[in-house]
Amino acid sequence: MISRQFALFLLLFSFAAKAADYVAIPAGRFESALAVAGHAAHVRLAAFSMRSEPVTNAEFRVFVRQHAEWRRGRVPPLLADANYLSQWQGPLQPGASILPDQPVVEVSWFAARAYCHSEQARLPNWYEWEYVSAADATRADARRDPLRNQGTLSAIQGASGNLPGVIGRRPANVYGVRDLNRLLWEWTGDYAAMFPNADARVPGSVVNLALCGGSALAFADKNQYALMMRVAALASLRPADTTSRVGFRCVRDLQGDR
Amino acid sequence: MSPLLRTMAMASLLAAALPATPLFAAEVASSSGQSQVMAGDFGPPQGAPIEEKLVDPPGVPAPIHRNYPARVIVRMETREVVKEIADGVRYDFWTFNGSTPGPLIRVREGDTVELHLRNDPASHMTHNIDMHAVMGPGGGAVSTATAPGHESVFTFKALRSGVFVYHCATPPVPMHIANGMYGLIVVEPPQGLPKVDHEYYVMQGDFYTTGTYHEPGLQSFDMQKLLLEQPTYVLFNGREGSLSGDNALKSKVGDTVRLFVGNGGPNLVSSFHVIGGIFDDANVEGGTLVNHNVQTTLVPAGGATMVELSTPVPGTLLLVDHSITRAFMKGALGEIRVSGPARPAIYEKGPSTRFASKSRQVPQTSVALGAGDKMADGKRVFTQICSACHQGNAMGLPGAFPPLAMSDYLNADPKRAISIVLHGLSGKITVNSTGYESVMPTLGQQLSDDEIANVLTYVLNNFNNKGGTISASEVKAARAAGPAK
Repeated sequence: MISRQFALFLLLFSFAAKAADYVAIPAGRFESALAVAGHAAHVRLAAFSMRSEPVTNAEFRVFVRQHAEWRRGRVPPLLADANYLSQWQGPLQPGASILPDQPVVEVSWFAARAYCHSEQARLPNWYEWEYVSAADATRADARRDPLRNQGTLSAIQGASGNLPGVIGRRPANVYGVRDLNRLLWEWTGDYAAMFPNADARVPGSVVNLALCGGSALAFADKNQYALMMRVAALASLRPADTTSRVGFRCVRDLQGDR
Repeated sequence: MSPLLRTMAMASLLAAALPATPLFAAEVASSSGQSQVMAGDFGPPQGAPIEEKLVDPPGVPAPIHRNYPARVIVRMETREVVKEIADGVRYDFWTFNGSTPGPLIRVREGDTVELHLRNDPASHMTHNIDMHAVMGPGGGAVSTATAPGHESVFTFKALRSGVFVYHCATPPVPMHIANGMYGLIVVEPPQGLPKVDHEYYVMQGDFYTTGTYHEPGLQSFDMQKLLLEQPTYVLFNGREGSLSGDNALKSKVGDTVRLFVGNGGPNLVSSFHVIGGIFDDANVEGGTLVNHNVQTTLVPAGGATMVELSTPVPGTLLLVDHSITRAFMKGALGEIRVSGPARPAIYEKGPSTRFASKSRQVPQTSVALGAGDKMADGKRVFTQICSACHQGNAMGLPGAFPPLAMSDYLNADPKRAISIVLHGLSGKITVNSTGYESVMPTLGQQLSDDEIANVLTYVLNNFNNKGGTISASEVKAARAAGPAK
């Protein structure tokens, strides 16, 4: 009897959220693979901290338990489309086929934003995300390594199954952040302003986004195919859309809490 | 205001800010211009909307016999599927409707095409479509960017007749095309196309795999090969052998064949040729200019052609990219099999005889070679003669030349091979469950008994065959016996 209770406790515990692990990202400069108004974007970033891993099903389950308005079936269509968390068995039960340490997907931008807010954080902006993703296990900027780029491409194309695999299978990068490039696409806070036009072939793209405060955008580094896929994936989405490959992680400003 | 209400308010602001997409550009132009009606615009669509019936390549939808502009509804789905690119070699294709090329769409000039593009929920990528039959920005790419599990609708008027490529134009564009996302849309002129007996759909593409040609197993897309424009495979309809053997295109003696030929690229221009055929008509670059009596026509990457040829005699015609290395080393090979009675007045094979020659006497080697030397001599003969067709790895070419490697046909009766090398072979045979119907030339005049014995022994003891020895005396006896009846 005791052992059964203990097993139940273990089961519950294993599905409960660990405290989110944020790691420090030092301030720095880098050159974005995206160009702004036809010019290379030299980006300067203040220090911040980033979740070491994408938000998992287990963590998102805790969130919807605590925030009933974000449960499946309660969220208004304006904030999340009909497929919101549709991979879960029930509004509060991911079900046996969903692993606790798989990244949560089928979440809208609004839901992702609300989640980050709930842990005193925010969605990263694109440059923050891109800056951290440029690293690998030994280099802060591994983007010029063709083997690394080919490996990322092959992993993305070879990924099987409808949902992303579990996190933590690959080494963390120099900052201690995992699973940025291969597993899934991740929402960024400013994605709608960054990627205004789905037809990014137009030279010196694109639409004048004065309306939303965005800028003309094109690819300054045309060799970053995995990054282009990510941009294409995000550019095709409206903020309420959900898909089986898009999840998220959060960041925090280091000083002067928001 | 609760946080939720605040985000809702923001969402409605965003929604209101989205610009409406102009869907009826052609009508706008004709109604505002009053006097000037766009060429190819025959007015608004009439009658009930028509659901386009799509078929798998190399099939083609039936010709259009319609004398009014209609609204044609085309439904396509982008899918990412692992399929064979060659025997034993798999590749993760990105496709329209699960095939490379995607289905051929057939409409009439002046039709309004309502395209519904779905992206399979299991897709990893966002996809879209750029149709070269569209007059307007991006060919529709902007309007059709579709996330997995979503559907986009895009409407355009087909104002120009011709054969046009469509393809996915999502970044990275070269990769989406290299993975197989292209097809053709045929816009028939108002009067339709001339009647022919057979219509087929062929589309060339170049493929870049991390492994070498024929390296087995699941292969990944190779970015460096793409950048260097050095494909591993150049293929018709996305798979080696897709138009060979049982999948060969068919015709009959006296019939005419129309081929809608496209080239998805992404990189190579095709020198499209049919070995044993002449194009009576070739629509240059898929447009309205018709050239006649053409041997080889260029099909640009992202371009197309429409060719018609007559098949007056029986036999097999070969479709090739006459940048010929691609045909024999990278897979760009297909077949048209023509059945029916022979027409000797047009095509006749005469008897093959030997003429007296002082310079080339068949050397009947009298020096006895050791086993190792025999094997080396067999390898030399194989490399100089046999490998031209059966390939250096003895794997043959699907649909054209049977394999000698792991060959059930060879191993079942090694002695039978003596007569085949001596006297040639024609007619249908089955090797490793694949049917072949080509001609093996007579080599008895060219090779000595020793050379034939050595090369057969070499082949039997290599390429995963089961071993054995053929002696010169066996060859001599077979030579004396003459061809089998």
